[in-house]
Amino acid sequence: MTFADAFFYLFAILTVASAVMVITAKNPVHAVLWLILAFFNAAGLFVLLGAEFLAMILVVVYVGAVAVLFLFVVMMLDVDFAALRAGFLKNSPLGAVVGAILFAELIMVLGWKFVAPVKTGLSLAPLPKSGSGVTNTAALGQILYREPYVYYFEIAGLILLVAMIGAIVLTLRHKEGVKRQSISAQNARGPATAIEVVKVASGTYTIPEKAKEKVGA
Amino acid sequence: MVAHLQAFWDVWGSTILALAWIAGASVLLLTVLLIYVAYVILFDRKVWAAVHLRRGPNVVGPFGLLQSFADLLKFVFKEPIIPAGADKGIFLLAPLVTSVLALAAWAVIPVSESGLGKWVISDLNVGILYIFAISSLGVYGIIMGGWASNSKYPFLGSLRSAAQMVSYEVSIGFVIITVLLCVGSLNMTDIVNAQKTGIGTRLGLANSLLDWHWLALFPMFVVFFISALAETNRPPFDLPEAESELVAGFMVEYSSTPYLLFMLGEYVAIVTMCAMTTILFLGGWLPPVNAVPFTWVPGVVWFLAKITFVFFMFAMVKAMVPRYRYDQLMRLGWKVFLPLSLVMVVVVAGVLQYGPAGLVK
Repeated sequence: MTFADAFFYLFAILTVASAVMVITAKNPVHAVLWLILAFFNAAGLFVLLGAEFLAMILVVVYVGAVAVLFLFVVMMLDVDFAALRAGFLKNSPLGAVVGAILFAELIMVLGWKFVAPVKTGLSLAPLPKSGSGVTNTAALGQILYREPYVYYFEIAGLILLVAMIGAIVLTLRHKEGVKRQSISAQNARGPATAIEVVKVASGTYTIPEKAKEKVGA
Repeated sequence: MVAHLQAFWDVWGSTILALAWIAGASVLLLTVLLIYVAYVILFDRKVWAAVHLRRGPNVVGPFGLLQSFADLLKFVFKEPIIPAGADKGIFLLAPLVTSVLALAAWAVIPVSESGLGKWVISDLNVGILYIFAISSLGVYGIIMGGWASNSKYPFLGSLRSAAQMVSYEVSIGFVIITVLLCVGSLNMTDIVNAQKTGIGTRLGLANSLLDWHWLALFPMFVVFFISALAETNRPPFDLPEAESELVAGFMVEYSSTPYLLFMLGEYVAIVTMCAMTTILFLGGWLPPVNAVPFTWVPGVVWFLAKITFVFFMFAMVKAMVPRYRYDQLMRLGWKVFLPLSLVMVVVVAGVLQYGPAGLVK
């Protein structure tokens, strides 16, 4: 057993253990924190595979952004666990079926050597030859940004863009009667439009109607 | 027995030596870093005091030089108080996460390069991504601390911080991408070495500070500096701990050593950001002019001098600029910096592709 093996088992055991904790933890915030630990150990496994770029991106995207938003939402939710657990027995056969299908597919994916030996070369294509001096990042870029994958890559980007614009359009509302700040309008105001100088003779002042409304007098 | 030991050494010797080297280098780096941070905190307070026409800490030791160490002892010997309603485990884990992550970033920061080789603990191919990843995790300490305190102000502070740090990471990411486009590598040492030639050498001058990225990518330098202030929760963007509204934000319930760890993590993160600015834009350990009196000074001294200079700017901003309102902060991040840095990515990529030949390194 080499050092790399020892680290593999360390990361693998921690990944599985924290994944189990995600679904068994009673507190949802604890569950998200265990999920973060699982992501982190998965990144460690990527490093052991020699895919350091993927490992870092996993940490940046999943741990640094996605899980922060998870945590953000979960912290503010008031989750009722009794209600969540109520349907557990009723739904468990369905869950077991879905889980079994996913597991079978996972085995098929990992067992490509036996399922489709001809395609072996394809899955190895992104790996730079050891000692060639090509870094992981460069190898990935040469696959992603060249034909034929560049089209799929760009389509994926476009779909994400459409989803993002869709989310903004769905949630952006301008309610009537709600004051909104307009920075450009504020900056455009000068003394000429912002200040009104009123000459008032002492003792004769009456509050203008407009000002009365504002004060609520 | 001896034969067994010999066999064991043959198999594991090189690994043990490598581990011992890493441990030794880490201890050296952490010692220097923590002493540097102790003095940087004093420097911060002195600069702040000087701007206010005060004297600052001047009682402990000559000129107050031992103030930080006195503070350390004071924190360590006080009783840590854990609120009754707090989630005890996470409450104590949060400051550890903050400080450990802040220190972990230094594993890939190269402080110099000499005939001996690169002065760095781990010369990662994806060094800059590692730092970006680690600094994006810094938010967890704050969120966990704020939530586990089980109290209003800490929770509000941590929510603010989560939104703020995620927002400014986006523009920091784009700034890093523009620098990477000019360098063509994610390795930190390569980023510094790429700044040996630049605008100055193109004009026919000797290697000097005109070659560094701050000049070629000046708008990005400014965006990065301001984003670094927001990312490290420094004034004028210290909304997570705004004392006028939230008492001390996410740190309200903390005392003693856990509080010390939070402060330590915060200042180490600031020094890390100064080091990042130095490496990305100010030429790392390169001397300002590649001529005789300057080249006599070792690279690590230039590196420390540049970090201290950037920290001085951080301190001056803290002393002089009033705190931002929260919506203005978000507007600056999403509506000003994000479009600006996105456009700069396109512009820099376009210049590298279609501009004068020889720009791509």
